[in-house]
Amino acid sequence: MSPEKLDLLQGTLDLMVLQTLAVMGSMHGYGIARRIEQVSADEVLLNQGTIYASLVRLEQRGWIGSEWGVSGNNRKAKFYSITAAGRKKLAEDAEYWGRLTGVMDRMLRMKTGGETA
Amino acid sequence: MSGARRGFWRFVAFWRARALDAELNEEMQAHIQLATDELVERGVSPGEARRRALVMFGGMEQARNRHREARGLMNLEILMQDVKYTLRTLWRDPGFTIVAVLILGLGIGVNVAVFSVVNTLMLRPLPFAQAQELVWIAPPPAKCGLSCATYSTDAYDEFRVGSRAYQDVTGYFAFSSPGNLKVRIGNGVPVPATGIDVIANFFDVLEVRPAMGRLFRAEDGRNGASPVIVLSDAWWRTQFGADPNIVGKAFDIGGQQTTVIGVLPKDFDFGAVFSPGAKVDAITPLNLYGPPRNWGNIITMIGRLKPGVTLGQAVGEAARVAPSMCWNNNRPNTCGDYKGAVVPVPLKQWVSGRLRNALRILWGAVGMIMLIACVNLSNLMLARAASRSKEFAMRGALGASRGRIVRQLLTESVMLATGGALVGLTLASLMVGWLSHQGSIALPLFNTLRIDGAALGWTVLIALGAALLFGIVPGLRMAGGNLHETLKATGSGQGRRQERLRSVLVVSEVALACMLLVGSGLLLRSFLHVLQIDLGFRPEHAAAVTVDYEDNPADGNGSTDDSARKILNRRGLYFRQLQERVSALPGVVAVGTTDYLPLTGNRAWGMPWPKGVKRPDKTPDGPLVYVITPGYLRAIGTRVRGRDFTWDDRMGTQGVVIINESYAKYLAKYAHWPNDDAVGKVLDGGGGQDLVVAGVAEDVHAESVDGENGWQIYWAAMQAFAGTPQLTVRSTLPAGQMAGSVMAILREMNPKQTAAEFKPIQKLVDHSLSPRRFFMFLVAAFAGLGLLLAALGIYGLISYSVTRQTQEIGIRMALGATAGRVQRYVMSGTMRLAVWGIVLGTVASVAAAKIVTSMLYDTSPWDAVTYSSVVFVLFAVAAVAGFIPAFRASRLDAMVALRTE
Repeated sequence: MSPEKLDLLQGTLDLMVLQTLAVMGSMHGYGIARRIEQVSADEVLLNQGTIYASLVRLEQRGWIGSEWGVSGNNRKAKFYSITAAGRKKLAEDAEYWGRLTGVMDRMLRMKTGGETA
Repeated sequence: MSGARRGFWRFVAFWRARALDAELNEEMQAHIQLATDELVERGVSPGEARRRALVMFGGMEQARNRHREARGLMNLEILMQDVKYTLRTLWRDPGFTIVAVLILGLGIGVNVAVFSVVNTLMLRPLPFAQAQELVWIAPPPAKCGLSCATYSTDAYDEFRVGSRAYQDVTGYFAFSSPGNLKVRIGNGVPVPATGIDVIANFFDVLEVRPAMGRLFRAEDGRNGASPVIVLSDAWWRTQFGADPNIVGKAFDIGGQQTTVIGVLPKDFDFGAVFSPGAKVDAITPLNLYGPPRNWGNIITMIGRLKPGVTLGQAVGEAARVAPSMCWNNNRPNTCGDYKGAVVPVPLKQWVSGRLRNALRILWGAVGMIMLIACVNLSNLMLARAASRSKEFAMRGALGASRGRIVRQLLTESVMLATGGALVGLTLASLMVGWLSHQGSIALPLFNTLRIDGAALGWTVLIALGAALLFGIVPGLRMAGGNLHETLKATGSGQGRRQERLRSVLVVSEVALACMLLVGSGLLLRSFLHVLQIDLGFRPEHAAAVTVDYEDNPADGNGSTDDSARKILNRRGLYFRQLQERVSALPGVVAVGTTDYLPLTGNRAWGMPWPKGVKRPDKTPDGPLVYVITPGYLRAIGTRVRGRDFTWDDRMGTQGVVIINESYAKYLAKYAHWPNDDAVGKVLDGGGGQDLVVAGVAEDVHAESVDGENGWQIYWAAMQAFAGTPQLTVRSTLPAGQMAGSVMAILREMNPKQTAAEFKPIQKLVDHSLSPRRFFMFLVAAFAGLGLLLAALGIYGLISYSVTRQTQEIGIRMALGATAGRVQRYVMSGTMRLAVWGIVLGTVASVAAAKIVTSMLYDTSPWDAVTYSSVVFVLFAVAAVAGFIPAFRASRLDAMVALRTE
């Protein structure tokens, strides 16, 4: 584990939120934030508060929906779930990320002199 | 798709900010709660759990801001903040705010008002459907007045039938005189009203629809048609109390029961388009096939071109049709008289084309006012910015970006401009409302003046333009400053640099005011010159009234010599008696009658020529004809060499005429009279009639005060048929005092006499001068405004610099400078500004003066008197504006001054 946490790239948080909701179904903001922290094994620097800007952005674009409800331990909270449009977007973005990370991976493996391992 | 969707929700979010904030708060509270619960479950103490939950969450306020940024319209929110802040700061400095808004309001107000005038007269189409299709058809301008600007009914018919370019051609009778309708309502005294005879298709061609009833049909203008009349909206309201059942009612008009068939719409005002400054109460149909057939040139023509026909095509076709038009179809030698005299021009150009230049000048003048206002505002803002520089530096130090500060300053100027625009609009609508009721100004379309959408758009445009102009200079200056320097400075270094910029602004302001003053000075000089013109008659102490006189039907219709003699003799007796009775009234100096007063209507009858002298093949158009009784020339104040007519100049005695000097001079060139003196010489009046020149009268300004003089000929009323008689009285008493006794005599002699107006001749002169007076008044008012603003600018700058130099002045005084010395020191600064401004302004005026040349009368655009007076006035005003702060400076207490910071 590196001594410093990873700064989130622009747009990656949105993708993480979508993926979390796609896998876990309906969740509240705190749950999403916790889930991202857990999956990233606390490697991501996340002020949990920033999740809400991401949520409102996604909701305005129609990729997620929201609804007030009651949590397992009987607390009132707003629950978010992914929409059909959101799933489509997630698929597109996931594919894009896959390609991008592949390219980045190859680039960074490149040795001096141009030969690849 | 999702972008548009998001935009929509952002917009919604902007307006629902409060509700959304509340919801977010709730959500965040829930978040902390959930986190705390989880930690407590893991065994952390509740207090510690909550603290850790808050740490994990990060800043609440940041989250809130990010949320707002993500969901709403950040720029708008910043704008709202700026607006709120600006309102607060402006509120705290009411003196500045009021002065700024007032200055801007004045500038914007006059600009919008003048724009409305320009828009109405120049930019907007005439108030008719498809107005661009309408053309005015007339000969090129000639010396012989209306008779040479009109056509005979035969010519009209030929043109209408012979032209293919028009949907239709119409026209109206051009010789109606004011008060020509004598309307008797109930059993009262007949009241005079002004009616115009139009060809029956007039309203069809102009596409005017009635507000009530109907307008004319072809049969209304035929022989034997029952008399009908259409009322103007204004007359219907004032005379008939807006009677909703007026259509179908009949009144005695000039002795004939005339039926009202319709009321014109409010937006159609005959006078406003075709005869500015005149009030036209009603329209009646012209019977083309009755007596007017033989009246010669009486019709002005207006045509509506077919869609797609260009003006060039219309001009070409008119030139083709003209040779086949006859003055009178029964006299083949008159066919072709109109060759070269049938020229269509766009109706709009005829209505307002002459004013183009004057309007441009007005527009330029208010543009300069706006510039001066902006310069003044810049100056105020700079002074204010200087005292706020620390505030801005502080904000900069706290992290406000330069752009943010400029933005804040621009917001401030836009807010001020908005205030100015509101004040300006109010002012403009007052001015426009006032102008639209100036019916006596002989300028067209003034009744349709209003603040419309275009004027509103213009307001927004100049307000924003002004805001940018006066906001950007101080904005850049403030934002460009060095933070640390400003924070440390006591203000004097910065102040000096500012003052240089402000001096440049004040100098340009003085220069602009100088140009305005020169322009208005030149117009004023011209106006004074015009007032001094020898009119050829003396309007003061003279007044005239229209006499109602009807020939005795027993005398016949004048078509035989015998009948003509009877009619004219009876008229002679009647008017002799009338004049003798009026001249017996106290105060009356002279009495006479004419059928056309100067500066009203006129007509021409051809050209009498010296007897026995060969007439050239082509002579110019003949002189204007006036049929007068003995005494008229003395009553109107026109001097005569030779003799006036006497009551013995009748049918059967020697025919006599009086001609004016220009005409006499022209004839003398051909006749070679001894000493070129026409008195006593014989003219051939045409048709073998000999006319002895009884006298030579001085030239009268018959058509306009400042125009060129034409030729005039006077006929004796007992030897020629006159039009509507105008009794003219010269007296030592004011017209108002004469009116009662003169009217009493008229009514005694003719019970049917209408209650006509006893009109001072000076009114005719004033009416003719009204456009010139109007433009001069406006430009002078604008120059005054410009001068005031410039004086304010000088005053503001000098007082500011005195305040800034308080300490310096204190030191000087402590070192022994006298009050006089301090005053001189401050005044010399003022005068330096004034000299620069005046020099620049004078140079610019000399360069630009040519623009006003066309509006000047007998005045050089480089008139030395005007320029030197302007220089004097500007110096005087600058001296006063500078003296107030100078005086204050000299009264400073040295000790107090030294202690101020």
